[in-house]
Amino acid sequence: MNSFADRFAITGPIAELRKAQANVEDDEFSDAAWGSEAGFGSLAKGIPTFTVPNVPDPSSFLRLHTDDHADPNCRIKIQHGTTTLAFRFQGGVIVAVDSRATAGSYVASGTVKKVIEINPYLLGTMAGGAADCQFWETYLGMHCRLHELRNRERISVSAASKYLSNLVYSYKGMGLSMGTMICGWDKTGPAVFYVDSDGTRLKGDLFSVGSGSTFAYGVLDQGYRWDLSDEEAQELGRRSIYAAGHRDAFSGNTCNLYHVKEDGWRFIGNYDLSQMHYEGPSGTGYGYDIRVEGRSSADAPPATAA
Amino acid sequence: MPDMVSLDRAGPQQRQFNPYSDNGGTILAIAGADFSVIAGDTRQSEGYNIQTRYAPKVFKLTDKAVLAVNGFAADGNMFVKRVRQRLEWYRHAHAKDMPLRAIARLIQTMLYGRRFFPYYVYNILGGIEEDGSGAVYSFDPVGSYERESCRAAGAAQSLVQPFLDNQIYFKNQTAAPGTTHPKHLPLQEVLSLVIDSFTSATERHIEASVGDGLEMYVVLARGSQLQGLENVPNVQEMTTTSDGERIFIIRRELKKD
Repeated sequence: MNSFADRFAITGPIAELRKAQANVEDDEFSDAAWGSEAGFGSLAKGIPTFTVPNVPDPSSFLRLHTDDHADPNCRIKIQHGTTTLAFRFQGGVIVAVDSRATAGSYVASGTVKKVIEINPYLLGTMAGGAADCQFWETYLGMHCRLHELRNRERISVSAASKYLSNLVYSYKGMGLSMGTMICGWDKTGPAVFYVDSDGTRLKGDLFSVGSGSTFAYGVLDQGYRWDLSDEEAQELGRRSIYAAGHRDAFSGNTCNLYHVKEDGWRFIGNYDLSQMHYEGPSGTGYGYDIRVEGRSSADAPPATAA
Repeated sequence: MPDMVSLDRAGPQQRQFNPYSDNGGTILAIAGADFSVIAGDTRQSEGYNIQTRYAPKVFKLTDKAVLAVNGFAADGNMFVKRVRQRLEWYRHAHAKDMPLRAIARLIQTMLYGRRFFPYYVYNILGGIEEDGSGAVYSFDPVGSYERESCRAAGAAQSLVQPFLDNQIYFKNQTAAPGTTHPKHLPLQEVLSLVIDSFTSATERHIEASVGDGLEMYVVLARGSQLQGLENVPNVQEMTTTSDGERIFIIRRELKKD
């Protein structure tokens, strides 16, 4: 009889119980963490929940401790630095990335997987915060699967990228850092979308993201045509990442190459950049030493005939 | 109102919320074909001040998983406590231990849950995968992770990691004609590399942040041989079940100055 009053009362035993329950659920774990959802814990309540420091401006707190551009001595170094590229052509989509992660001036890893395999038809690339890209693109993969189950068809690249874009936009100003290309094949054919943490979402044929992107664009723009053959396109992707690795200190180590076609993506290979410098695709290295051949300024001047 | 005048003259005041500290130390993990070695020194320091000579940084999670934490000790200890709690809940729900790759993903989501108030902790997870292979997973403070075969983190990572790259991955080494570099090293060789890494880091690190003691956990895959572990001094078995993976701990002294 009094259930209506009970529900909205702020005093009394029921209200106390409600407050206690709210407190428990505010904690990092919900009851669901006991059961089979225990793996992706923060998804158990539908949307991820985050702990935020109890200070007036949480994002400046985060910046103070994690922004190594502003303060190289900051404590928590989030991995950064990258060259990634993706382009659309007659034969599908080529995705090529480097594999270096830097924390400040230290090469934290040379074997990073910067292509995130969202599902057999969708790839995402990683630039900016490694954890941001890894976490949210995994999360995107789960929602793409839910879309398939609900609608009995695969999600379009456009819809998937918009899902991610809206998601990161809801965290705008909180300090997320990601620049990603969502690549895949859907009903409309091959597609590439650029999505970043500012909320930008662009449809296009050719993108490159990261500190080495300018170098990659240089090679990419010069060699790009729509009617590239599969082999030519793969070589262009590799060659562009090599160029970026060669000129950008924050990119390098190896190149990971993927090709998306109508039946989904395929991993083409992992290529060592310094090996490409000396050996290249067919025994002729990409490095220009081979083209200078003893005539560089570093060589001794030729003996002049008197 | 003399107080207000003096306050006025003091100019703008700034306050910062700084809940982090660096407690030094180094951790290291190497994966073999059917084993995994996870090690850390036991010194805890703040600046040039040694707080304690025995504070473990390497923790057994299950019979097949060991977690090493480095960075801010308070965050690290709290984090390990929470991971263990989640693993216990998993055991109650599923009547088995969580597989290693699932623990790795769990750690990612737990670290990322604090994306806006990070744990100042670098984690390295080592153990045995479901297929019986040795594995090492390394994490950044907000949860990006990768499976590797060797990783060092902490104060002396920039001393130890290049040594490991050379000795484990054979970086910048050319194999003798007609031979190739081995993909995995035997346990005995890995253990001596770990000991050498720590003694050298203790010698050469400028700040008083590596030293005192060394704890090495060895996880052996189900049914694999002891591989000479029985002859290692100070070895102690920590396995709780009889038919699964086996865990050992080896303790060594490091220099105390």
